[in-house]
Amino acid sequence: MVLTAGFLDNEPMRIALSVGGGAALVCAVVGVATVMRRQAFAAHALADVSSAGGSAAYLIGVNPLLGFLAMAAAAAGIMEWADVRSARERDLLTGVVLGAGLGLAALLLYFDATVRSVGGAAVTVLFGSMFAIPAGIVPLALAVAAVALLASAIIHRPLLVSTLSADLARAQGIRVRAVALTHSVALALAVALSAMTVGAILSTALLIGPAAAALRLARRPASAVALAALIGLASTWGGTVLAYESYYWTPGRGWPVSFCIVTLIFCAYLAASWVGARAERPQVQHPSGCQGH
Amino acid sequence: MFAPFMAHAWIVATLVALVAGAVGFFVVARRAAFAAHALPLGAFPGAAAAGLLGVNPLLGLTLFAALGVIAITQLQRGERREVASALWLALSLAVGTLLLSLSGQYAQGLYGLLFGEVLGISARQVLGVAILSALALGLLALFARPLLLDSLSGELAAAALGRARRLEWVFLLVLALSTVMALPVVGALLVFSLMVGPASAARALTDRPWRALGGSVVLALLVVWSAIALAYLTDWPVGFFVGLLSGACYVLGRLRGPGAAVQTA
Repeated sequence: MVLTAGFLDNEPMRIALSVGGGAALVCAVVGVATVMRRQAFAAHALADVSSAGGSAAYLIGVNPLLGFLAMAAAAAGIMEWADVRSARERDLLTGVVLGAGLGLAALLLYFDATVRSVGGAAVTVLFGSMFAIPAGIVPLALAVAAVALLASAIIHRPLLVSTLSADLARAQGIRVRAVALTHSVALALAVALSAMTVGAILSTALLIGPAAAALRLARRPASAVALAALIGLASTWGGTVLAYESYYWTPGRGWPVSFCIVTLIFCAYLAASWVGARAERPQVQHPSGCQGH
Repeated sequence: MFAPFMAHAWIVATLVALVAGAVGFFVVARRAAFAAHALPLGAFPGAAAAGLLGVNPLLGLTLFAALGVIAITQLQRGERREVASALWLALSLAVGTLLLSLSGQYAQGLYGLLFGEVLGISARQVLGVAILSALALGLLALFARPLLLDSLSGELAAAALGRARRLEWVFLLVLALSTVMALPVVGALLVFSLMVGPASAARALTDRPWRALGGSVVLALLVVWSAIALAYLTDWPVGFFVGLLSGACYVLGRLRGPGAAVQTA
């Protein structure tokens, strides 16, 4: 592919690449734990609910990242506070929080369109528009990313233990609820960043896709995180550049950035599950087998 | 609010609530809230595609809902259920953004598809919704017993009926049908609150499965009717009231009963 020279000199492009890169890294780290803890639905619910925050931010005219953050954190707080144990209750509660949050988003977006006449707010909030991120957001976004990464690094071991077995974790003196709460906060931060990048309802892709792909290949959590980060970064940056370049191939309108990123993530997932399935099969047939094949 | 131009809205909303209440009962019993969310939302690109090609949106929605059923069941083979739903959802939404951006009617079309458009439903649409709801309810009635048994204990159902796999297909198919019909009215994002909220409350009110099913339908009807009335009076989006009232149903259910007595339903 021949790249148009100088896309790095483009200011919106630089902002998109740095915010997107930060979001991809955080999502990879948080995402692997989230998939292992079977919280994909919760993560998706947080993302969708955060769109209400994004819409509110447009309504009152503050930084949209703050809106995403506030609403994602509030939803995570409600879900942790309700403290439901059984899987069925958790599924229901997540669904109800999701439904109520989306209802709120519907109302706020309606106000955006009628009161403030920001007609495109729905598209920007839900599907993201990376090339329109204001430069003022970059420091805040990178700070949020750093906090989320730090929190995940601090709790990574107790989190892993309590994911595998809550009883084992309690026996080791781990405060399971505090660890779960910290993980939820990190998840909310990741969701907000990712909502800023690919939009609220697509942020699940960035959070779950690379992590699910990496878990098909990696055998250990650490290598899964590294692989997820690699896939996430490659897809985000690749997708951004692809969208930027697509303005030159397509007549008039380019492809949406979010579409390019999510498609690359999905391709990575398909490739990973194909490779993972191939790697598993010979091992079953020849336990001593030819690994180098 | 009972003016002639609202008649279609009332009819369609009533049909949607009947089906969503009934299907919602099984969604709650099978812990399939994510699938119930992913199928409607994942079908919305179908409407965008139909808009682009200039065909009936129901056609596009049906196609994408069917694709969703296939994708989720296929991805479930090697992956956890919720990850399968998440992946399908992400992919179809991404395709949706592309289609909407190509069709150039980004903002206006999007809002209606996601959050619903109760006004301006044509007589043909009413007919389509009526046929699809009859189909969905018929399928549900045919498979209600095995589906319930399968929800309570997958192993028991597999032993007694030997077709647990097929039941998942049937369930997702019913979900897809109800999705397709409800989407243009209450919107992709809120078909689902109508399934989860009323059913969860009904479950807390009684521990008899069939009574809970009936309660879920009644509550869904109440939610939709009040939502339309409130939307008419305030001029605010219907979706907001559906989400709010469904959430209220859940909270009432939790206050009324701990839900623990209702492990069966």
